[in-house]
Amino acid sequence: MTTIKTSIGRRSFIKNVTLTGGGMVLGFSWLASCKSSTKEVLAMPKEWFTINGYLKIGENGLVTIMSPNPEIGQNVKTSMPMIVAEELDIDWNNVIIEQADLNTSLYSWQIAGGSRSISSSWNNLRMAGATAKHMLREAAAKAWNVPMEEITAENGMLTHQKTNKSAHYGEMASAASKLTVPKEVKLKAVKDFKIIGTSKKNVDAKNIVTGKPLFGLDYKEEGMLIAMIVHPPAFGLKLKSMDDSIARTMPGIKDVFRINLFNKGYAKSAFDATSFDEIAVVVGNSTWEVLNAKKTLKIEWEPIKASKEKRSIFGSEMEVITPAGLENTDSHMEQMKNMASKSVKTVRKDGKPETAFKKAAYILERSYSCPFLAHNTMEPMNFFANVTTDKAVLVGPVQTPEIMQKSVSERIGLPLEKIQVKLTRMGGGFGRRLYGHFMIEAAIISQKIKAPVKLIYTREDDMSYGIYRPAYYATYKAAFDEKKNLIAFHVNTGGITESPLSANRFPAGAIDHYLAEEWEIPSNISTGAFRAPGSNFMAGAEQSFLDEMAEYMGKDPIAMRLELFDRAKTNPVGEKNDYNAERYAGVLKLVKEKAEWDKPMPGIHRGVSAYYCHDSYVAHVLDIVMENQKPVIKKVTSAVDCGIVINMDAATNLSQGAVVDAVGHSLYSNITFKDGLPFQNNFNTYRLIKISEAPKEIEVHFIKSEIDPTGMGEPSGPPVIAALANALYKATGKRVYHQPFFS
Amino acid sequence: MAIFNLNVNGKKEQVDVDPATPMLWVLREHLNLVGTKYGCGIAQCGACTIHLGDVAMRSCMLPVSQVGNNAVTTIEGLSDNGDHPVQKAWIEHDVPQCGYCQAGQIMNAAALLKSKSNPSDEEIDAAMNGNICRCGTYVRIKAAVKTASKNL
Repeated sequence: MTTIKTSIGRRSFIKNVTLTGGGMVLGFSWLASCKSSTKEVLAMPKEWFTINGYLKIGENGLVTIMSPNPEIGQNVKTSMPMIVAEELDIDWNNVIIEQADLNTSLYSWQIAGGSRSISSSWNNLRMAGATAKHMLREAAAKAWNVPMEEITAENGMLTHQKTNKSAHYGEMASAASKLTVPKEVKLKAVKDFKIIGTSKKNVDAKNIVTGKPLFGLDYKEEGMLIAMIVHPPAFGLKLKSMDDSIARTMPGIKDVFRINLFNKGYAKSAFDATSFDEIAVVVGNSTWEVLNAKKTLKIEWEPIKASKEKRSIFGSEMEVITPAGLENTDSHMEQMKNMASKSVKTVRKDGKPETAFKKAAYILERSYSCPFLAHNTMEPMNFFANVTTDKAVLVGPVQTPEIMQKSVSERIGLPLEKIQVKLTRMGGGFGRRLYGHFMIEAAIISQKIKAPVKLIYTREDDMSYGIYRPAYYATYKAAFDEKKNLIAFHVNTGGITESPLSANRFPAGAIDHYLAEEWEIPSNISTGAFRAPGSNFMAGAEQSFLDEMAEYMGKDPIAMRLELFDRAKTNPVGEKNDYNAERYAGVLKLVKEKAEWDKPMPGIHRGVSAYYCHDSYVAHVLDIVMENQKPVIKKVTSAVDCGIVINMDAATNLSQGAVVDAVGHSLYSNITFKDGLPFQNNFNTYRLIKISEAPKEIEVHFIKSEIDPTGMGEPSGPPVIAALANALYKATGKRVYHQPFFS
Repeated sequence: MAIFNLNVNGKKEQVDVDPATPMLWVLREHLNLVGTKYGCGIAQCGACTIHLGDVAMRSCMLPVSQVGNNAVTTIEGLSDNGDHPVQKAWIEHDVPQCGYCQAGQIMNAAALLKSKSNPSDEEIDAAMNGNICRCGTYVRIKAAVKTASKNL
């Protein structure tokens, strides 16, 4: 059992807070219908007693747990409350869940990003449940006039065995809510977990399958108008003039105007990234009417001037260079290929790599690339805003509510405490909704037209807007001696607009002579974080290259990696090796066992890969069969080490989804440019993986662990691209280097 | 603008809209049925799938003027209590991640099962290939369709 001081994150344990979460309470239908047992359903209580910022208890024992983080499909809305419920020690059937609003006085890190929701709040969530349980036991002790140590709290019941007294939590909730928060509480030992580590159904499952209003696009308010935007069709252009004379006369149209997103001199954060700081806006009564009016706008565009600006990112600063001009994909590829020979930055050097390469008996060299990708969340960008003279209510899907609230505040001139941000369920995030320009836009529009407004992007607006996954390029070199021993390793990589390199990751630390270099090419095509930034390219390139190295050396690809991990563990090179070699080897060993790697499987072509990112380790074996001379992905076997798994089936689902996501993008997806214009702007030209193309089976195994939970939203995607490439080689005899592989 | 008398989820509804308005927006903005989703507007993603009679249709490209008095069923009307075999199978397999595409997936699957009560893997692939899931829940979707087909 661990003891934890409650002074960390103490603000959540203020007793007399009012928990809002208003219009999105989903309690009734979830409870009534999503039940695995035939136990009596608890009705809504007459009164709620707030114990702390995360939970309140009804007099009948029903518990509401707040889910603090934005829900983007990673199912934190189920798993974060599971952690609270575990330490509180209640029956999961008697829990209802509410999405919390943005509330910086109660919660920290209400961000969906970096696969960090659970790890960031792990202690706070446990404390919330444990302190509540402590206070309930204390209330019972007072009520029964017995020592608190003799009272057990389990499964929603308080018991004093000696006197045979018992009460459910609801009976003591009122008294508990009046007690002082203890300075220290005991947390459960991992072996005593009854909820964490089991599988709980998605708390919104019933609502999703019955079409309840859940998403930003579904949000409505009385008197709400619809707004849509027109942004420049190509990067490198800006608004020059607009003729809205036809639009203004069309049915249902209220107004047409131009807006600027930022006040001059505003110190932006990285999440204030926009592609176009000035856009046109049409406002009307309904989406169809606004869509039709939008089409009639006659807009003139003109070239932008080159510019430079600084943006802050979690305490440090980055510089963003925006060149002028209209860019092309062919030129992008040329520029990336040429960068290797130009001035590059050495990020890590171990030993004497130049000398080792000069002495090499053989040098293996391969280059890899991937294109710009659009995030394409199924729900396009949207946000609701109702801005009046003294306050603003913003409702919708955003991954960074606290950060964007600041930008809205500065832009519309209202203080933070007057700006309420309510989070809806999000139809996908993938990093796109970290950049909440649409939240600022909605607020500006509402303020200007003096009415509540919902801003909606069409799929075309969205897909052509930018903030893409960068285009990347990498060249790997491995030097071997005459006995085919690996003596040196070199990675040179970069991208438009940033480098994907994490120089301290494997195989750094396992090779005596190691050189990692990077470069970046600025562009006016905006880029941003895309599920597993950097890793979503590097894993595939690196793990494909390792496969070729193993082939050259005549070694089994898993055996070769395990040898390197041995070296990294027993006699590491350098000091800053950003991985745990034992855990990394652990997932490879597990996948080797579960996929029966050593068993001959005629007709099945297999590829293996492993990667570490967002603090978790994942290995895959991917099996391809040829059908009608076409490769078909039959099965993916995965091994995952993400520390303690909170919700087993949900973590499995997330891993499966990340595999499909990465496989699909590496095979099919691509944004190309001609004169700054992105060619693909809807799903007829931008290809996303379909059900017939997905792996037929994805089997996920988790390492049993007592390490605090690490990330699960991103880690399973990156390595599967190499498992795929390596399997394709076995199936077709040809290696693939440049994504999309099936263009 | 014109008046249209519609039969939606077993109820008579009347709307006054531009005849070219796609049923997607009639449902979402005039009948307050937001279960049917907007994903692309060009019938390429399947998020807007409804039933016209027994047939799955992409409502984003179905003008209200073409509906007539055909029975329109949306996700909200697929069952009274969320207990259609497809809906129950979706919960049994814990299919959704973000959930945005799932109403369209469910409606499409329900229409498939009306015409083919025991579809093969290939038939499921062919019928569901127009429904995109960006979160990649395809393996579970297929398993749920198979489970539903056993419980029709």
